[in-house]
Amino acid sequence: MELSDRKAVVVHKLHVTNKHRFLGFVLIGLAVYILSNTVDEWKAFQGATIAVYVVAIASIILLTGYSGQISLGHGALLAVGAYTAALTQIYLNLPVWICFVAAVLVTSLFGALLGSAAARLSGPYLAGTTLALAVGLPSIANQFSFLGGEQGISFDAGWPPLSFGEAFTQYKWFFWITSLAALIMLWWIQNLLRSRYGRMWRAVKTNEVAAELAGIRVARSKVLAFTVSAGIAGMAGALLAATINNVSPSAFPLALSFSLATGAVLSGVNTLGGVMIGAVALVAIPEIASLVADRWSGSESVASLLPDFIVSALLILTVFLAPKGPIEKLRSRHVK
Amino acid sequence: MFELINTLLIGITAGSIYSLMAISIVLVWRSTRVVNFAAGGLALASSFVGAAILEKTGSFWIALPLAMVAGAVFSSFIEYFFLRPLLKRSGDQGAEIFLPIIATLGLLGIIKTILNYIYGDRIGALPPPLSDKGFVVSGESIALSPMRLLILGIVLLLMISLTLIFQRTNLGLSLRAASFAPEISRLAGIRVDFVRTIGWAISGAAGATAGILQTTNGSGSVSPESFEFSLLLVFGFVAAVIGGIESLVGAVLGGLTLGIILAIILMYVGGSLVFIAAFLILILVLLLRPHGIIGSKGGRRA
Amino acid sequence: MLRIENLTVDHGAIRALHGVSFNVEKGQLAAVIGANGAGKTTLLRTLSGLNKASEGQAHWNEHNILHSKPEKLVRHGITHVSEGKSVVAELTVSENLELGALWRRNRSEAAQSKREVLELFPRLGERLSQRADSLSGGERQMLALGRSIMSKPELLLLDEPSLGLAPLVIEQIFQAIRDLTTAKDLTVILVEQNAMGALKIADVGIVLNLGSIAATGSAAALKDDPAVRAAYLGF
Repeated sequence: MELSDRKAVVVHKLHVTNKHRFLGFVLIGLAVYILSNTVDEWKAFQGATIAVYVVAIASIILLTGYSGQISLGHGALLAVGAYTAALTQIYLNLPVWICFVAAVLVTSLFGALLGSAAARLSGPYLAGTTLALAVGLPSIANQFSFLGGEQGISFDAGWPPLSFGEAFTQYKWFFWITSLAALIMLWWIQNLLRSRYGRMWRAVKTNEVAAELAGIRVARSKVLAFTVSAGIAGMAGALLAATINNVSPSAFPLALSFSLATGAVLSGVNTLGGVMIGAVALVAIPEIASLVADRWSGSESVASLLPDFIVSALLILTVFLAPKGPIEKLRSRHVK
Repeated sequence: MFELINTLLIGITAGSIYSLMAISIVLVWRSTRVVNFAAGGLALASSFVGAAILEKTGSFWIALPLAMVAGAVFSSFIEYFFLRPLLKRSGDQGAEIFLPIIATLGLLGIIKTILNYIYGDRIGALPPPLSDKGFVVSGESIALSPMRLLILGIVLLLMISLTLIFQRTNLGLSLRAASFAPEISRLAGIRVDFVRTIGWAISGAAGATAGILQTTNGSGSVSPESFEFSLLLVFGFVAAVIGGIESLVGAVLGGLTLGIILAIILMYVGGSLVFIAAFLILILVLLLRPHGIIGSKGGRRA
Repeated sequence: MLRIENLTVDHGAIRALHGVSFNVEKGQLAAVIGANGAGKTTLLRTLSGLNKASEGQAHWNEHNILHSKPEKLVRHGITHVSEGKSVVAELTVSENLELGALWRRNRSEAAQSKREVLELFPRLGERLSQRADSLSGGERQMLALGRSIMSKPELLLLDEPSLGLAPLVIEQIFQAIRDLTTAKDLTVILVEQNAMGALKIADVGIVLNLGSIAATGSAAALKDDPAVRAAYLGF
C-alpha cells in the first residue's frame, strides 16, 4: 500500500464524529435495556454493581490517567457520596434524584478541599495521604450516631413506578437507574476528556514545567481534576448506596480503594475506552472463581480465596505485559 | 499525671514499632524508588515463620532472629524476581511511574491469599516472652512492663545497628551512594544491583521485626486477616511519609510522632477517630512541609 | 591500547555515532573535541558500559569492552568521570573519595591512593568532612577526578572537566590531568568543548562532528591546522 493510501485510510478511520459517539452510547443503552429484560435478579444486581464500578473507575482514570495524580483512597470519596445521598434523603426528605445531585456536589466540594492540599504533593506523598484517607474517613461513622455507627443508615432508591407493571422487580429498577446514570456520566466525562480540559490535564501530567510555561495554571488544573473526579466518585457512591440500600463503614474498606485502583489498571488507566473491562472484571471474577472452585476442588477456602488471588495476579500480569492497558496494547500491536 | 505518662509510654512503644515498619518502607523507597506495599505481607509471612519456630523451639530468642532472616530472604526474592524485571519493563515501555506501586499492591494480595490458604483458620501464636504486667511505681501500676522495655530495647538496638552499618561501614557507604547516585556509583565500581538487593533484605528484616513485635505487643497471635497487620502497613507507611520518605531518621521521628499523638487521641477522644486523626496529622505535616519533616526536595541524581 | 572499530550507537531512532574508528596508544592523552551534539558524551558512555552499541567493536588491551556493565569495567581499569561534576552531593569529600576504592581488595593500596589524591589536590584535604555539595565548582571537579584515581584506572574517560569553571581553575585541572597521565602512565580520553585547552595538553586529537570522525592527528598539528580551526574550533 502506498504511503498516501495509508494516510487516507487513517484519516478516514479518524473521522468518527461526536454524532457517531452519541449513537454508540444510545446503542449501548439499548443493549442494556434488552439485557435487563432477560436476566434474573442476581444478574440485575451484578449489572448495577458493574455500572457503579464503571463510574468509579472512570473517576480514577480522569484523576490518575489524565491528571497524573495517584489516589489510593477513592473508596473514601465513594463513602462521602453515599453518606450524603442517604443523609439528604433521611433528614431533608428529598426525592432520590436530588439526593444524587447532592452527593455529587458535596463530594466535589470535598474533592476541591482535598485537591488543594494535595496539589503540592507528588508520588509517594500523595499515595500515603490518600491511603490514610481511605482508612480514616469511613471509620468516622463509627463515632457519630447520626451517621449510623457500624450498622449504617439506609438509602432507599425507591420502587419502580407502578406503570411499569408488576413484573418489574426492584433490582431491575436499580439496574436501570445505575446504568442510565453511568451512561450519562460516561458521555459527559468522555466529552470533558476530549475537550481542552482533558488536554490541559494531560499536558500537566507529561511535563509540569512545560505546561506552566505554556500558560497553564498547574495548581488550578490539579485541583480541578480532584474536584471533578471526586464529584464522579460521589455519584458512584450514591449509586452504590442505591444498589445495596444501606451505607455503613464496612461497605467502604481499604480493599475497595485497592479494588478500584486495580480496576483502573486493568482497564488501562490512560484512556476511558477500556473502562468496562475493569468494571466487568471486578464483578465477574468472583463469580467465575467460585464456579471454578466448586467444580475443581470443592474446597471452601479455595473458593473464597480464588477471586482475590486472580484479581491480584491479573493486576500483576497487566502491569508487566500491558502497562498502558489492554486497549493500548492491542492498538500498538495493530499499528505494528 | 500517671495517665499521661502511661499514654506516652503506650504511644512511644506503638510508635517505635511503626518506626520499624517505616524504616522498612524508606529503605526500599531510597534504593528502588518504589513504595513496597507488599512489605506488609512480608511482615505477616515472617511473623508466621516466627510463630512456627517458636512452636518448634519454644524460645522467642531463637524465633525472632530467624524470623528476621526469613524476612530478609523473602524480601530479596521479591526484589530479584519481581522488581528487577518490572523495572526493566517500565523503563522500556515508558509507562506510568506509579505502576510499580500498584504492582506491589497486587503482590500484597497474592501473599495474603497464599498465607490464607496455607494457614486458613489456624493462627500462629506469638505470646510475649516477658511479663507484660506493668511495674509498680508508688503503688500504681504504670504502663511500663518488662515486655515494653524489651520492645523499646529491640527497636533501639536495631536502629543503632542500622545507623552504624550505614554510617560506618563500607557496605553502608555503598548503600547510601547507590541510593543517592546510582550511575556515579556504578562508575565507581559498585555493584549497584547487588547492593540494592541487600537494601531490600535489610528492609525485610526490619519489617519482620515490626510484625513480630506488633503481634506480641497486641493480641499475641498472628492470622492472615489480622487487623494488626493492616494497621502496621498503613501506619508504617503514614509514618514514613510524615518523616519524609527519603530519610531513616525521618522514619523514626514520624513513627514516634504518630504513635504518641494517636495514643493521646485514643485515650482522650475515642477509638474510631484514630484513623482520621492519622490522616489529619499527615495532611497537617505535609501542608507545612510537603516533603515530610526531614525530607528535602533532593531526590535522586544520576 | 584502545582500539575502536566502526562503533555505531543509536538513541532510539537517532544515530548518535556512525561507524567511529580510531586507536589510542597506551600512555597517550587523546582529546576528543567537537560541537555540541557531536556524540562525544555518547562515545564515552558506550566505552564505559552505560550505553549500548548497535554495531562495532571496542577493545582495551585486547579485552572486548562493549556490552559489559560499568561496575565490571572499573575492575578492568576503565574509569569514567561523567559530565556535570559527578560527585555524590549528600556524601562527604572523604566518603566520595572512598567510594572510588570500595571495590578494591587491597585496603593499604587504597589508602595510598587516597594520600596521593590529597597530595595532588590539597584543597580536598582541608574539606574532608564537608558535604560534597558545599564545595565550589572547581573543588567538585577535583573531587571527581580524585575519586577516579581512587579506582586505580588504566584507561581514564573524562567528560568535559572544564565545564562551568573559571579560567584559572581550568588551567589547574588541565595541568593536573596532564601530570596524572604522565606520572601514572594512564591512557586518557579527554572529551572537551574547550578545544584549545584540551589540545594543548593532549598527545593526539580526534574531531567529532555529528557522530562521525571529521579529523584525527597529533594534537599539535590539529591545533595549528587552519581548516580544522575554522570549521570546528570557530576561529
